[in-house]
Amino acid sequence: MTDKERFVPDEGMAPASTAVPAAGALEELHKPPRSQWLDVWDQFKSHRGALMGGALFLFIILAVYLGPFFWELEATQIDIRARNQGPSWAHPFGTDQLGRDMLARMMAGGATSVSVGLTAMLLALFLGSFIGVMAGFFKKLDGPLMRLTDLFLALPLLPLLLVMMLLFREPLNATFGPEQGIFILIVISIGVTSWMPTARIVRGDVLALKEREFVMAARSIGTTNSGLITRHILPNVLSPIMVSATLGIATAIITESSLSFLGLGFPPDFPTWGRLLFDATDYLQQHPERVFWPGMAISLTVLSVNYLGDGLRDALDPRIRGR
Amino acid sequence: MLTFTIRRLILAVPTLLFISLVIFLLLELAPGDPMAQVPLTVPAEVKEKMRLALGLGEPMHIRFWKWLVQFFWIEPQVLIDNIFGTSLAEGQLRVISWQTRSPVMDIVVQRIPQTLWVVGTAYVVAILIALPIGIYSAYRQYSWFDQMGTFVSMVGFSVPPFFSGVLVIVIFSVQLGWFPSIYDTTHVVDSWDSFVYQLKQMIMPVMVLALQITAQLSRFMRASMLDNLNQDYVRTARAKGLSEYVVVMVHVLRNSMIPVVTVIALGIPSIFGGAIITEQVFKVNGIGQLLIGAIQANDLPMVQTLTFIFAVLIVLFNLIADVLYGILDPRIRYD
Repeated sequence: MTDKERFVPDEGMAPASTAVPAAGALEELHKPPRSQWLDVWDQFKSHRGALMGGALFLFIILAVYLGPFFWELEATQIDIRARNQGPSWAHPFGTDQLGRDMLARMMAGGATSVSVGLTAMLLALFLGSFIGVMAGFFKKLDGPLMRLTDLFLALPLLPLLLVMMLLFREPLNATFGPEQGIFILIVISIGVTSWMPTARIVRGDVLALKEREFVMAARSIGTTNSGLITRHILPNVLSPIMVSATLGIATAIITESSLSFLGLGFPPDFPTWGRLLFDATDYLQQHPERVFWPGMAISLTVLSVNYLGDGLRDALDPRIRGR
Repeated sequence: MLTFTIRRLILAVPTLLFISLVIFLLLELAPGDPMAQVPLTVPAEVKEKMRLALGLGEPMHIRFWKWLVQFFWIEPQVLIDNIFGTSLAEGQLRVISWQTRSPVMDIVVQRIPQTLWVVGTAYVVAILIALPIGIYSAYRQYSWFDQMGTFVSMVGFSVPPFFSGVLVIVIFSVQLGWFPSIYDTTHVVDSWDSFVYQLKQMIMPVMVLALQITAQLSRFMRASMLDNLNQDYVRTARAKGLSEYVVVMVHVLRNSMIPVVTVIALGIPSIFGGAIITEQVFKVNGIGQLLIGAIQANDLPMVQTLTFIFAVLIVLFNLIADVLYGILDPRIRYD
């Protein structure tokens, strides 16, 4: 599908026995060519943990986004008479100290946490790939951009994130409203502080790709730089980008929850998983299960995403694939 | 090697200056007012004077320069004074916290032992657990032990400390009542009983932190062992008739330790500053807690100094890791 498939030098150096096709191999030759993504899917399927992780992550996404349509109780609806209830059919996860349904709150919180994770990951991915490609492709930019990356890596990130939360919360809240403002702030600050690993990996791959024959061939027929990057370089660095995307979701969700847990994230009446956990620690002795649900949700989401990334890494690596 | 180290050290200076400038500018944009805690009955002109007394009246670049001088020139002098009993820094203005009106470094020095005890112990425990796990799961790749190890380290990656911390509090403090849920930093160890108490209160935070560090380190150890186990020199060693123990524990392990040692060195800055969340969960009043408190109280000099100290540690240990790599691995030559 991409140039990588056609230009991988190893493929030309297959053992001689397969180069002389036997009768069975001849039949194989008539089979329609398999696309790269079919191969990837075949390898991915054989990784049981990744498959389960992917299914779980899909389920969590569906549950938090579509769940509220099937569960009519509102996350913010207060029913003070039904406060501090245990699990029942009316409230499967129980209710909190104001009688709000925990299941609805978990779904609303999950929607926020997962949205933050996905958006921050996209931002970090965009920044990381952009800087990585620029540094790898243009020699002049390599030095300055990599120094910048090193600089960002040397910053103490969690303290800085906390400081950014403290500083920019008020002005952004005033401009975009309390919910929108803090969402933008958290997404931007997580995105801006987590693009560095992606940039490094992408740069390394671009540096190697740039010297390959197909890039030279494309250049020789007059492909412009932008054409080269979008048509030939980017598709070939897609696999490291996808792997760091999955890991990026995991770190973004954990970072957002940590900020909420430290009381510097979303406002109290606006549930996220980290915030729910933080609120629940006050009732640790009486209702430990309230800590359990959001914590379990965060952990399961991150675990599923990590397994997904693990499987993707194996599936996208042509050296492992087919073994 | 020496020239490389010196070059890196020289390069570290502009890096650190730039980082301190970034932190300073970030804090400069702070809308928070240090006078917010002062009662409303205090007249405006008095407030203005108080603001001037904090040094807020000067232009930005002068304040940055002052902070630099205080941090890099006066604080080392104070350190020398304390060690040798001289009086170089007498009467000079140090970096003053707005919260306590005492020098920031004094508070940092008070807080460091708690952090070092808890986080440092966790780091050592984690290394002691992670290395054998990594070695064995690489040696028996895809065995049930390896699968278990993979799963446990995935869990270690995925469970955030604010959940695992709260979970162990629920289980071991609330339900079983074995350990205290709050770390008592005023506790003095002077007898066997107090030592046992100290151990008890350390177990939970150390457990939570060690789980995370073990997860990363054991993965790394495993990958590094796997890289080496298939190399030719291992076959040669086996062919010579060396015992399996010698092959794995001497030949392979020594070579696999090279990247692992650098990873361990890279993790050391987090001992000093990284455990912010765990300290918050167990109420350990260490450096991380100090930073959170300073952020919430708008204590800018404290935040600036602490963040900068973390940055210095990160840059320093990055350098140490690079140099260690060069020393341990003769194939790496920087010059």
